[in-house]
Amino acid sequence: MKTLKIEDLSKNFGSTEVLKKINLEIDEGNFLVLLGPSGCGKSTLLNIIAGLETINEGNVFIDDYNVSKVEPKDRNIAMVFQSYALYPSMNVRENMIFGLKQAKTSKEKIEQQLEKVSKFLQVDQLLERKPSQLSGGQRQRVAIGRALVREPRIFLFDEPLSNLDAKLRVEMRREIKKLHQQLKTTVVYVTHDQTEAMSLGTRIAIMNHGVIQQNDTPEIIYNKPSNTFVADFIGSPSMNLIKGSLKENSGEISFTANGSNFEIPVKGYDFKDKSNLNNKEVFFGIRPEHIYFKKSNETDFEVTLRADLSEYIGHEQIMTFDYANQEVLAKFPSTIKIELAKETKLYFDLTQTSLFDAQTEERI
Amino acid sequence: MQDNLKSSSYQQLEQKSKYTNMFLRWFLYFVLILFASYFIFPLYVMVVTSLKTMEEIRQGTLLSWPSGLNFDSWAVAWGGRGYGAGDTFLKPYFWNSIKMVVPAVFFSTFIGAMTGYVLTKWRFKGDSWVFLFLLFGCFIPFQAILLPMARTLGALGISNSIVGLVLVHTVYGIPFTTLFFRNYYVSVPTELVKAARIDGAGFFKIFFKILLPISAPIIVVTVIWQFTQIWNDFLFGSTFSFGEAAPIQVALNNMVLSSTSVKEYNVDMASAIIAGVPTLIVYVLAGKYFIRGLTSGAVKG
Repeated sequence: MKTLKIEDLSKNFGSTEVLKKINLEIDEGNFLVLLGPSGCGKSTLLNIIAGLETINEGNVFIDDYNVSKVEPKDRNIAMVFQSYALYPSMNVRENMIFGLKQAKTSKEKIEQQLEKVSKFLQVDQLLERKPSQLSGGQRQRVAIGRALVREPRIFLFDEPLSNLDAKLRVEMRREIKKLHQQLKTTVVYVTHDQTEAMSLGTRIAIMNHGVIQQNDTPEIIYNKPSNTFVADFIGSPSMNLIKGSLKENSGEISFTANGSNFEIPVKGYDFKDKSNLNNKEVFFGIRPEHIYFKKSNETDFEVTLRADLSEYIGHEQIMTFDYANQEVLAKFPSTIKIELAKETKLYFDLTQTSLFDAQTEERI
Repeated sequence: MQDNLKSSSYQQLEQKSKYTNMFLRWFLYFVLILFASYFIFPLYVMVVTSLKTMEEIRQGTLLSWPSGLNFDSWAVAWGGRGYGAGDTFLKPYFWNSIKMVVPAVFFSTFIGAMTGYVLTKWRFKGDSWVFLFLLFGCFIPFQAILLPMARTLGALGISNSIVGLVLVHTVYGIPFTTLFFRNYYVSVPTELVKAARIDGAGFFKIFFKILLPISAPIIVVTVIWQFTQIWNDFLFGSTFSFGEAAPIQVALNNMVLSSTSVKEYNVDMASAIIAGVPTLIVYVLAGKYFIRGLTSGAVKG
């Protein structure tokens, strides 16, 4: 049984296709993050799961039950909004029990739930306050509390941290993570912040233009991006994509960047399909953090590149190198001194590379 | 030496700017007082005249101070002289106006709030067209609808009645009240409505429990606007009512223009003030809620 299953879901606003044939499944207790740039359809998808938007095609199942035409209140979900959406005229207590009262829950049960949740979230001292008298973090907590008291099957979070300042955001992120570890409720979480996605999610679905690009664990998304969009979107600075072509020479496959005169052996690379690789136009992907200043593995490949630019950011520095007229970024500890406009020896970690078809931009 | 020169020239500049500022300030107050007196002057004449006897009015000037606080003309304006035919006084018409203005303000405000709520929080296909046509209602010259409205009231059997006037004022108030409430609700985050829907509240519950309680500022604005408009209306009142069903503004006109005897300026002035007092009271009572933003803090951190 899947807690949430989305089947061939399509949605358009007028002539704009927002979601195209989305398929998605979540197991009980998972934390799924919908990640993507603004306008990719992630919030629309969340609203559809909540029942706040209608569906053009496809179905939504919660616990194998088709809820496509079920009212939001009957879907056994709860939602936390970006603006918190606390009812301004009600105090914290009324805000938190509003849903239970609508559901005609008994008085004793309401009190019991309220006490449990408000203690758990440490808002039990604030019950008589109005939302306008709370700080950003407290409002956030009350909004989560309002969702918790309903004991839903699925929690929906719509960019809940983007209204907070940087410091509080990191704190609340940890609290949401703790919350999920303790309660183990299924969560669908929308964000455009990759750090939030990586740190919170047990699974991440990366979306772009209404299509899910990759749906996997954070580790696989980071290490084996399925296309250039994902490779570029995740990581800061994002993955270097060096344009070039493959050569096959008696079973040995190597990569040569356009305009470059040396070959990088890629024999250790786990190809999906080993046929027709000779002369294939590809992007050679390597993350800035996988380019080393010192040789650290046997398989590291030595290259000599010219340093063009240095960006110092405290604990580390980002260097830009010239690789046959293509920019390659690398991340080093800030203690390493590298002279600009000079050839420097670097080491590519060949166990951490990705190759993409230059035409389809898909991983090969 | 150089420093001394510099500091003395700074002192001069400072002195100069002080004089300029002082002059500008005095000029500002002069202009303000001029305009204030321009507005207060007619009111002064009205109050002073209403407190004079006819004898004083004939002998004194327009601006002269009354000999004492003489409220006789106020009593006549409100309650009449006590003789039968031809004696017009404001009391019954004042109550006519109250009976007209209270329901008309209530219904037009309520319907406007409801319409504004639907137009912003329950969007439907063509809603912006509905809003556009409603806006036309704000710009229609009311003279253009007098005849069709008279026929309509006749067909409904409520011509020359307070009920008829309530209907007319409600209908022609809705475009304005809708505009007010729509513009207010546009700034209320739709996430509130979404949250309430997930919590299980329906159309009316969301309106009454979530939106209406935070609408106080715009309700006050709408009530003041509608009250003033309807209370001060003369066109609809004089067209759709006559005799005993007339509102106060029509009665005031009849009183002042009746040429049966000598012009009693003191009574006329007292009547005019009485007719204007309720709108003043509404401003004084509700004005302080005008600016208060009750949603502050509900949305952002």
